[in-house]
Formats: sequence, C-alpha cells, structure tokens
Amino acid sequence: MRRTTLDLWVGFFVVIGMAALMFLAFKVGNLGAANAGETYVVSGQFDNIGGLKARAPVKSAGVVVGRVSDIRFDTKSYRAVVTLTLDARYQFPRDTIATILTSGLLGEQYVGLEPGGDEAMLKTGDKLQITQSAVVLEKLIGQFMFDKAAEGSAPAN
Amino acid sequence: MNGLLNVIRRLGAMVVEGVWRIGFAARFFMLLLRHSGQSLMRIHLTVREIYFSGVLSLLIIVVSGLFVGMVLGLQGYETLQRYGSGDALGVLVSLSLTRELGPVVAGLLFASRAGLAVTAEIGLMKTTEQLDAMDMMAVNPIARVVAPRFWGGVISMPLLAALFSAMGVFGGWLIGVVFIGVDDGAFWSQMQAAVDFRFDIMNGVLKSFVFGATVALIAVFEGYDCTPTAEGLSRAITRTVVTSALAILALDFVLTSLMFRGQS
Repeated sequence: MRRTTLDLWVGFFVVIGMAALMFLAFKVGNLGAANAGETYVVSGQFDNIGGLKARAPVKSAGVVVGRVSDIRFDTKSYRAVVTLTLDARYQFPRDTIATILTSGLLGEQYVGLEPGGDEAMLKTGDKLQITQSAVVLEKLIGQFMFDKAAEGSAPAN
Repeated sequence: MNGLLNVIRRLGAMVVEGVWRIGFAARFFMLLLRHSGQSLMRIHLTVREIYFSGVLSLLIIVVSGLFVGMVLGLQGYETLQRYGSGDALGVLVSLSLTRELGPVVAGLLFASRAGLAVTAEIGLMKTTEQLDAMDMMAVNPIARVVAPRFWGGVISMPLLAALFSAMGVFGGWLIGVVFIGVDDGAFWSQMQAAVDFRFDIMNGVLKSFVFGATVALIAVFEGYDCTPTAEGLSRAITRTVVTSALAILALDFVLTSLMFRGQS
C-alpha cells in the first residue's frame, strides 16, 4: 500500500481537529488548572447554604483551593451537607472554619476557609466542625427594617 | 364525504409509510453496524471518506466559526456592558460555543456540506444500478459503500465541531480584546474559571458525536433508500438536509435538557 496525498490531508485534518480540542481543554477550559492534581475530600454541615451550587470554588485568603463537589440534604439533622474537594497541596488545620460568602453584592457564592490553630491537619473523610451559613439578603433587610422601626418608635414613648 | 375519506386515507398512508421507513432504517442501521468491522479492516476506504466529508468541510467550518464568534463578541459585549460586566465576554462566548453553537451549527453545516454529497453519491450509484452490480460481483454494497461513508462522518463531525468552537472563541477574542479593548487577562481567566472541561466541553463533544452519527446515518439511508429516478434522487437529497436539520435541533433540545438542566 502506498502513501497518498489524500492520507496527508486526512492526517492534517485529524491533527488540526485534535489541536482545536486541546485548545478548548487547556486554554478555554480548566483542565490545565489545579483540579488535575491530588485532592482530598472533607465535608461540613450548614444551616443554610443560600445559593451555593456544586462546582462552586472553595477559597482561602481569596485563592481558589478546591471545589464544592456535592451538596446534599441530611434528613436527620435537617441541615445541608456540603462536600468539598480540596487540592492536596493546600493543607488546613482541623479546626478550620468554613463560611459561605458571596463575591460582590450579586456575585456567585463560594465557600471561604478560615484556618484555625490546630496541630493536626484535615484529611479525607473529616468533618468541618465550625461552619457559618450564607447571609440571606432578604433576612438581613428584614432585620434592618425591624431595627429601624424599633429605633423610630422608641423616642416617641 | 368522499373528500374527507380521501384525506384520512392519505394521512393513514403517510403514517404507515413513515413507520415503514423508520423500521427499514433501523434494520439498515443494524446491517450497517454488522458490516462495519468488515469495512474498517480496509481502513483506506474510511480514510477516503474522511477526506471528502471532513477535510473538504474545513474551510466552511473555519470561516463560519470565525464569523459566529465575532458576532457573539459584538452582540455579547453590547449587552454585557449595559450591566457593567463586559469582562465576562469570554465566559459568554466560550460557553455558548462549546455547549450549543459549536455542535449545532457545525452539524447543520456538515449536513448541508457533506451529508448531502453522500446522499447524492449513494443515490446516483443506486440509480445507475452500481449497487446491484456490486451485489452481483459478491461485493457487499453496505460494507463497501455505505459503512465507510457513515464512519467517515462519525469521525469527522466531532473534530469539525471542536474546530468550529475554537475558531469561534478566537473570533470572540479578536472582536472583544483586539478591537473593543476588553482586558486580555480578564477575558481568559474568567473563561477558564467558568468553563469546566468535563461538564461543558466533553458534553459538547458528546453532542457533536451524536449529531455526526445522526447526520451520517440519515445521509447514507436516504441515498440507499431513494427511488432510483432523477426525481427520486433530488427528493432524497432534499429530505437529507431537512431531516438532518430537524433531527439536530430536536436532539439538541433533548440532550441539553438531559445534560444541563438544573445545574449551574
């Protein structure tokens, strides 16, 4: 069997198609980013997760250290169980505090980690003991208005 | 009364004809799969078809991908900028291309550029009794003619769709960053933060694979099933384009609702 010009063109086509796929994977997508390496999985229970979604970033000091891999509802404690997949390069003490925060006023929600002072480090399967729920804007506004109303009515008496 | 009866009769005949064709198409597909191994052994037949359906579609895919991306860049920036988030242009362009526009538009172009040619080729072979002649010479026309064209389409289509998306992102970058002046770093970093490889890109590739198989199957089937006359051939070609376009759009809705519903 002889090689033909046609084979060259098909080879060129396949190479250029693969290159496009690589471009999408590494330049457009996040395959080149941190999530390709070793990870460990911890979970935490929250009273209210607000608008947190799976695949939301987990940040510490503003740096992305992992992703939210799963969100479930626990029927025993009636709280949300959030599973975090963290990059193995970043180790956190066992008494780390997890908080649900919002980037900007209307931005997406993410999990913020505040390291504690424990000697032992978190490892796969551990549970975060101290958590802080999402701030629900409606509740906050309601409380603010309630306070204002209380303030306004106080001097009148 | 008689007129009404005639209408009902014609409607019934259409339904029966449709079901008949679907059944025949399913049997044809099974036959195609069974003879695929035999034809993939002679890989140069498939390589030749990849040349005709893939390589020759390169130009139209690259150029239209570039233009679609450029239009997305212009329109997307116009809208995003009203909400003060022009920096998110990269996210808009890349997500709409990898999830939807890449596979769908590439599929539509592929159907009209390559699928149509396959139908015409096989249909003409049937009309001029070449398929029967092959059968007489103990050459299975499905293994020799149909299967290579099918697999050529299945292999070409995901590559073409990926190329379309990549060119589109490049076009969006060209308009957004080079001409309008969106920050280059924000464009790429926001895009990379928002686009997930497994979720967005692989689902797009899966879509394009499904569309490729659908278009290729419709194209070879319409050619194989055409009425062996000049008129029948032209009708088969028309049907290929119409059915492929409808199938792509309908399947896209189904796949999107399966893949992306209730997530992010």
